[in-house]
Amino acid sequence: MNAPLLSPFARLNRLVRRWGAHPEGRKHPAADTEVALLPLPPRLVLPLAQHVGAPARPIVSPGQRVQRGELLAVAQGTISAPIHAPTSGVVLGIGDAPTAHPAGLVAPAIILEADGADEPLPLEEAEPFALAPAEIARRVAAAGIVGMGGATFPAAVKLSLGQRRPIDTVILNGGECEPYLSCDDRLMRERADAVVDGARIIRHAMGAAIALIGVESNKPEAIAALRSAAKPFADVRVVPLPSRYPMGSAEQLIGWLTGREVPADGRSADVGVLVHNVGTAAAIQRAVRYGEPLTRRIVTVSGGALRTPRNLEVRIGTPASALIEFCGGIKAPVARYVMGGPMMGVALRSLDVPVVKGTSGILALLPSEVGGAEPGPCIRCASCVGACPIELMPLDMASFIRAGDLDAALRIGLKDCIGCGTCSYVCPSQIPLVQFFNHAKGELAARERERTKQETVRELVEARARRMEREAREKAEAAARRKAERERAKAAAAAAAKAAAVPVEAAPATATSAATAGAEEATA
Amino acid sequence: MNPMHCSPHAHGARPVGRVMQLVMLALTPATLAGFWLFGYPALYLWCVTVLACVAAEAVCLHFAARPTAPALGDGSAILTGWLLALSLPPWAPWWIGALGGAFAIIVAKHAFGGLGQNLFNPAMAARVMLLISFPVEMTQWLAPQPLAIDPANAWSALAVTFGAGMPDAVSSASLLGHVKTEASRGLSLAQSLPAQWNALTAGFGSRAGSLGETGAWLVAAGGVFLVLQRVIGLRIPVAFLAGVALPAVVASTLAPDHYLPASVHLLSGGVVLAAFFIATDYVTSPSTPSGQWIFGLVGGLLTWLIRTWGAFPEGVAFAVLLMNAATPLIDRVTRPRIYGRQRNGRSLGAARNG
Repeated sequence: MNAPLLSPFARLNRLVRRWGAHPEGRKHPAADTEVALLPLPPRLVLPLAQHVGAPARPIVSPGQRVQRGELLAVAQGTISAPIHAPTSGVVLGIGDAPTAHPAGLVAPAIILEADGADEPLPLEEAEPFALAPAEIARRVAAAGIVGMGGATFPAAVKLSLGQRRPIDTVILNGGECEPYLSCDDRLMRERADAVVDGARIIRHAMGAAIALIGVESNKPEAIAALRSAAKPFADVRVVPLPSRYPMGSAEQLIGWLTGREVPADGRSADVGVLVHNVGTAAAIQRAVRYGEPLTRRIVTVSGGALRTPRNLEVRIGTPASALIEFCGGIKAPVARYVMGGPMMGVALRSLDVPVVKGTSGILALLPSEVGGAEPGPCIRCASCVGACPIELMPLDMASFIRAGDLDAALRIGLKDCIGCGTCSYVCPSQIPLVQFFNHAKGELAARERERTKQETVRELVEARARRMEREAREKAEAAARRKAERERAKAAAAAAAKAAAVPVEAAPATATSAATAGAEEATA
Repeated sequence: MNPMHCSPHAHGARPVGRVMQLVMLALTPATLAGFWLFGYPALYLWCVTVLACVAAEAVCLHFAARPTAPALGDGSAILTGWLLALSLPPWAPWWIGALGGAFAIIVAKHAFGGLGQNLFNPAMAARVMLLISFPVEMTQWLAPQPLAIDPANAWSALAVTFGAGMPDAVSSASLLGHVKTEASRGLSLAQSLPAQWNALTAGFGSRAGSLGETGAWLVAAGGVFLVLQRVIGLRIPVAFLAGVALPAVVASTLAPDHYLPASVHLLSGGVVLAAFFIATDYVTSPSTPSGQWIFGLVGGLLTWLIRTWGAFPEGVAFAVLLMNAATPLIDRVTRPRIYGRQRNGRSLGAARNG
């Protein structure tokens, strides 16, 4: 089977549009050593919100004994994912735990004390290619798999969204364009068969013609391993990508591999493509073939201040400190601990923050690695314009935001910013451009909420006014009716009195009946 | 330690000061050639102009209550003075350099808000101000005399820059000025264009002209260095040179007697310096790729138009200023199409569905 052919125009476009940056890789020595298994920590902290969407709802109570793989919290709403026990032990409680948030916010989490036995629940195996697409999505949903590249979008939701539109190409994202990180690299080298199998399962589930695995060319061993694993299968192809940040962004990857452009208000499924990270594909393979929930992942532990950088396979919920300690601790003063990659990762306020499903790295960075000089004035060098992968003009957006003109920033594309940070990275004046944009996006979201709130209040007030008006009108109408009724009765009585001048005794009876009718009207 | 850190947690670009240093390095060969060709007065003028810019920068920063050290350290004021000096007649009196430098920094740069905020290229604004206000001093050219840099002349040269001014005996005319004067007397190019004009030798600077502009090949070499160092892009230089060369080729082919050939246009005056060092000024040129093409092409074309039909023999500075004024507009109308959207800002999906 042939890969989708790139048009000459798309090929030319790849040459002409030189977006992105080339940050120093710094993937070694972590990428050179095999993944080691981190020993089970005594206590695991499992945040309920490890994914995009609604947090999971806990179904266990303090003191409850659980086995490895047992369901601890269920998905809540359409976009959510369940959480399973990474080992056997006792639920200590559900309380606030530190999260990877720049301000050090806490969030609810299940605290699990490991008993060390690591007793598993029996798993339900299946033959993926005999399963219906919906059943595959169900098994992925039940396993709590989310995008493991860091986006943490529930994988099953992506699969079902994709099933609503015809998908011809499944793309596995093995770009790993963030510096330092090599967890996907090690996964592709050491478990190439699982990655390829995962690619084929997703391709099967989507009814796509082909699965492409895109890997940046700075990972030749991974490319070779995947190619040999994919050899027997005509429906999987491994495609080297240039090493460029942010090649791992879904839109850029789709553009590079297929020449298609995802509409601004659409998803990749709109152009017939579904993108999953290679780590997610491997997890999907475990879930669909062996019924295994997502309770562990590979994490790169690196940074100039770390003694022995390497990749570790870690239970979800392990505190960052345990990983650093296992890698020999730090050997120099640390400027910043980062969860994720240096380009989009989050600075940690505490090493108690646990590894979650989307944690690709824990970095201990030296002052010389983080940069961080005082920002200078913008000299309009347009480095950011050339680097922006979606062709925004970051310098103009930032000056609008600085001037408080969010609407102007919106007009020139603030909403389209993917927050990749390439503009900040290349700025010679070290202006924190992406921070401006994230701030402005937050401000806009707040404004939107405020607007919705005001709208609701306005609607309620208007509804009340309408109701009051209606009631007043009804009252007035009733009163008018009664009056008319009374007058009619009076007139009738007068007429009757005139007409019945001869039989005098009939008149009071008529008057009484008219009065009774009036009273009835009033009580009605 | 500031506990709030936002991504990215890495930084890759050259700091502004390093960019300025590279530009200065690229200007060095042409500048040294200028000193060698025009002697001590050129060196003195260069020093005065640069010092005037730095002093003006320090004064402005002081009155604006901004920190002086980082802004002076980035070298942008030195570079402004340097570029201005290169565009001046080499034996101009000291006050031309001092006044020009002060004007460039105070009026053209800080009145607009300082580094990054100025609408016009400071060096070119100062040059035009000087040219209009002091036409005599600004058009006093001299034939190069390579031996003038002899230390024995160092003292007597002081009199040229700081005293009596340029002796009439050494004055000469620049090629563009000469051709313009002769044309006004009704002479055709065949009569006025010196027979020995040769693109190869002229480009090394051995002719009358501004301090640092006559060595066009050396200026271009510095420019290519900047392109290779990725300090500047190729769009503006290529477009500017093409903007000058294309109309010159067409006109001189159609009427060789009336219009100078493209080679003379390209190597004379400030075209090469402008293409690589002036028009590429980050602050005053467009940020969008297509805007940079337009800026360069139209700037080059304006240069040719002014040289050919304007009152002044040289049009580079005027052309650059006119294009500087148009830059905000160019940036606005050439904003790139955003990924996933049509040019008008609507989503690609909306286009497909409707």
